[in-house]
Amino acid sequence: MNGLVLKTLSDRAKAIGPFTNASSDATNPWQHWQLRIADDGVAWLMFDCADADVNVLSQAALEELNEVVMALESDKPKALVLRSAKANSFCVGADIKEFRQIDTIDAARDKLHAAHAVANRFAALPFTKVAVVHGHCFGGGLELALVCDYRIGVFGASFGFPEILLGLHPGLGGTGRSVKLIDPVEAMTMMLTGKTVRDKRAKSLGLINALVPERHVYGAIDAAIAGKLKHKQPGFKSKLMNTGPARNFIAKKMREKAAAKAPPQHYPAPGKLVDLWQSADGNPEQMLAAEVDSFSELLLTDTSRNLVRVFFLQEKMKKLASSVEGVTKATHVHVIGAGAMGGDIAGWCALQGLTVTLFDMKAEIIGKAVARTAALCDKKRMGAADKRAVLDRLIPDLTHDGARHADIVIEAVPEKIDIKRQVYNQVEPLLKPGAILATNTSSIPLDELQQELQDPSRLVGLHFFNPVSQMQLLEIVRHNKLGDDTYQKALAFAGQIKRLPTPVTGTPGFLVNRALTPYLLEAMVLMDEGIAPETIDRAATKFGMPMGPVELADVVGLDICMGVAEMLGSGLNQPMPTVPKWLADKVAKGDLGKKTGKGLYVWEKGKPKKADNTTSGPDNLTDRLLMPMLNMCMACLREGVIEDADLLDGAMIFGTGFAPFRGGPMHYSQNRGYGDVKATLEQLAQQHGERYTPDPGWSKEE
Amino acid sequence: MSLQPQANNQGGRPVYIVDGARTPFIKARGKPGPFTPVDLAVQAGRPLLLRQPVAAEHFNRVILGCVNVIAAEMNPARIAALRLGLGETMPAFTMQINCGSGMQSIETAFRYIREGNDDLILAGGAEALSHAPLILQDEATKWLAELGQARSVPAKLKHLMKLKPAYLKPEISLKKGLTDPVVELNMGQTAEVVANLFNISRREADEYAVRSHLRLAEAQKAGWLDNEVMPMVADDGSVYSLDDGVRPDSSVEHLAKLKPVFERPYGKVTAGNSSQITDGASWVILASEEAVNKYNLKPKAVIRDSEWSGLEPEIMGLGPAVSAGRLALRNQLSLDDIDLLELNEAFAAQVLGCLAAWNDKDFCQSIFGIDHVLGEFDQDRLNIDGGAVSLGHPVGTSGNRIVLHLVNALERKGLKRGIATQCIGGGQAGAMLIEML
Repeated sequence: MNGLVLKTLSDRAKAIGPFTNASSDATNPWQHWQLRIADDGVAWLMFDCADADVNVLSQAALEELNEVVMALESDKPKALVLRSAKANSFCVGADIKEFRQIDTIDAARDKLHAAHAVANRFAALPFTKVAVVHGHCFGGGLELALVCDYRIGVFGASFGFPEILLGLHPGLGGTGRSVKLIDPVEAMTMMLTGKTVRDKRAKSLGLINALVPERHVYGAIDAAIAGKLKHKQPGFKSKLMNTGPARNFIAKKMREKAAAKAPPQHYPAPGKLVDLWQSADGNPEQMLAAEVDSFSELLLTDTSRNLVRVFFLQEKMKKLASSVEGVTKATHVHVIGAGAMGGDIAGWCALQGLTVTLFDMKAEIIGKAVARTAALCDKKRMGAADKRAVLDRLIPDLTHDGARHADIVIEAVPEKIDIKRQVYNQVEPLLKPGAILATNTSSIPLDELQQELQDPSRLVGLHFFNPVSQMQLLEIVRHNKLGDDTYQKALAFAGQIKRLPTPVTGTPGFLVNRALTPYLLEAMVLMDEGIAPETIDRAATKFGMPMGPVELADVVGLDICMGVAEMLGSGLNQPMPTVPKWLADKVAKGDLGKKTGKGLYVWEKGKPKKADNTTSGPDNLTDRLLMPMLNMCMACLREGVIEDADLLDGAMIFGTGFAPFRGGPMHYSQNRGYGDVKATLEQLAQQHGERYTPDPGWSKEE
Repeated sequence: MSLQPQANNQGGRPVYIVDGARTPFIKARGKPGPFTPVDLAVQAGRPLLLRQPVAAEHFNRVILGCVNVIAAEMNPARIAALRLGLGETMPAFTMQINCGSGMQSIETAFRYIREGNDDLILAGGAEALSHAPLILQDEATKWLAELGQARSVPAKLKHLMKLKPAYLKPEISLKKGLTDPVVELNMGQTAEVVANLFNISRREADEYAVRSHLRLAEAQKAGWLDNEVMPMVADDGSVYSLDDGVRPDSSVEHLAKLKPVFERPYGKVTAGNSSQITDGASWVILASEEAVNKYNLKPKAVIRDSEWSGLEPEIMGLGPAVSAGRLALRNQLSLDDIDLLELNEAFAAQVLGCLAAWNDKDFCQSIFGIDHVLGEFDQDRLNIDGGAVSLGHPVGTSGNRIVLHLVNALERKGLKRGIATQCIGGGQAGAMLIEML
């Protein structure tokens, strides 16, 4: 699509009041805000963080806002319109960097009290204040919008309180103001889940007073100033919630639900948020005041510290992609092999706006991938036209006609080197100049795969994780002939399809599978020792893993686990448990795990049937599982499989779900102390064999 | 009645047929199929565009024939162009000349290119007869409108009482569409008229129909359609890869058991010797010499000439005899010079009627003004891989399909020249003369 005509005119669309007149404001005293009075006496305050693509509510921005409020107090306009000058968002929240610099509860309290004072002062301005929100409006941004009298949402706006994902809850008055404005249970749900609320839903919740396309923003502002915009009236349910018994009952339910997702011993924030609401006794002002102490305490917990760290790991990985320069965006991807991985990679790419040709020998296999993509669109609640466009972009290809057009070809055929080489022979001559050839192999060393290529410099590994639409990690696998332009293109592509790139070497298992395998194998050794799989899994989930190793092996597929384990066993010079014979028997029988309904567990409706046993197993059960993984992570780091410990932690969290509140395996080891890890390994080695021999890295590092 | 004077189709730039593809034709099974007309056009267009060396944005225009446009897809040509990624600046329009729409789109593209306006055009046809809507009778529509106007509850109740059960019975728009409103004959009845005028027997029609099925079955089996028919994938993952109306086990004995559908009990036209009601789409890419050179295209054929003509609606099935006959004569071609003929099989009796007309002195003298017959056309060179009787007749698509398949069949057989022609409900016909390069 070229979008020629509209592109020429689109700059005119945005309602920016007195700022339409392009003359620069030399007298503007602020870095992050611009204030102008329109001819009709309405003041327009534009939020425009200096040198940034998005607005964050930093300390500096808040201090300046205080000055803006003072100016408005002394020279009162008829009304105030608050808007973002940024192209795609209102404000994405507080400046999380600043969180890391606070190291005492008092410092946290002081900072929050000051911020609350600005917000309260803004709220008290004696004229109508209207926030116009386009794009993202999250966390502190939403709290800023909540101090206005009216909120006008522009189509496509989205709202949310993501603080809970950082082990926190809202801290700039968001708790009290949100439960006052909308149905308290809905407000609490937003804060407890951190889920994004899209435009229409925000309107029906009453979070915004009007939802309009950009062209009707002026009309909606006029209506708000004239007092013609309605506030959604609290329903019977909201009133009922203000009675004590109902609130106590609901609070109990909320705690239970939150605990099921995030155990309170690891994640204190949900519990504290529910406390805040319950003890405020139906009085939002009280909740608002109590929020400061509660937030300050949470900010200093290890959980929050580690989750904030994870946030920055994620930013670091994103930056690997976004800092690539001089690479034109890919528009066409050709995926070879429409099986579980290839089909889902193709569907995901189509969802991200790329034209995708999906090759397979059999149209029926492509058909299944199309159906899964259609289901994913439904799951994401896409509109009919958007879903249609995704499926139109996902083009079945039985002849490799798509390969000639592709900027990137992703091979996802079975893990047999002969088959892969045959595919490369067929496809490489078709590639257009500058196109790159990627393989999704999880087990074949790339130095072997590149050997028969005409131009090995354009081969790179793009190792996706299952399920593709949920696992954010993308291992970018190098080899000794990888071209730098290919590598840069691969990084940029990861960013384009919203995955987190992690460069790794093409050694057996790369990073994630190599680190995970000893952990999964150890679980099987433990089963051989007579420990129930439920007990093993519980030890892991208690540590904070999203699921235990036995269940994980079933989800990944026992055939895949066995393949990777055998490949690592022969390819690495590291002691590991051998694959038990009973596992090979299961695979031979076709009991492969979740996908076949039977593996280490019996699966029903996508859930494993677990026996209700309560034995807790040996005392060192958690360490027995965890230590082989940590040891292998250290080996990878020492060998340079991955660049540094931060990236390693990020990869394990976003590729395997390693307990995020612990900050990743290396961060956890550091907190525990490398010496302690080493001593634990040595002890286990004495008891259980040389596979626990500590990696030399434990002595050198730290 | 005298025929319109013959068009002068000489001169202008040469126009090439570069490539083309279609969907499998999917038999309508009494309920809306998985694809709308534009869905079908997209399913056929995507793989076709993908195999071209030229980028989609270099097309100048999209023209699509479609008769039964559905309410959600006004101007299906434009919607298809956008969904195929041809860009917002692509002009696209939809054509409707009933059963000739898919050929009319090629003919119009041919003229745009020949006269120097355009260099590269995507011309197609799309039809989803399974989506033809049920419509309310006028009486029922009136009743509903008045119900909406009734203000008070008693007035509404009173109006509700006027509901007649017959209002609930919708009319089948397709049935209406297949009936000529001027002569009040169903299309099947016009085939009965033609069969009577040329004394075509029921057995001859059935034998023809069986041959259509067997030829298509053989073509499918031999893979002769692989480059022409692109598999379709529905949202639920179902794959459609073959024209599914084919009956490889068809036999004259079996067809003889069927009752006439249009004129009982003595008629000759049955469901077995008529075309099937199906969904399908087809595209052809046309290019000028400049485009061929510029984009390194590999043209297969050149369009030499085309001819449209009209005749009485009650014998619309004879139209191809008129159009193709005039086309041959204007180009000084005898029937033997036409290596292959694609004559759309609306009805077996009507196809046989056209052949009979060429061998009929009265017909040839009065229509062509010649004192001899055109002669006997060898059926071994007619619809050699089956036709609408076996693979169906999505009306807006068929004209496009027969041009596309004519090119592919000439290529496969290593032959030079062919004519594609179809009858058009309402009393018209179109014909197109193709030569391989």
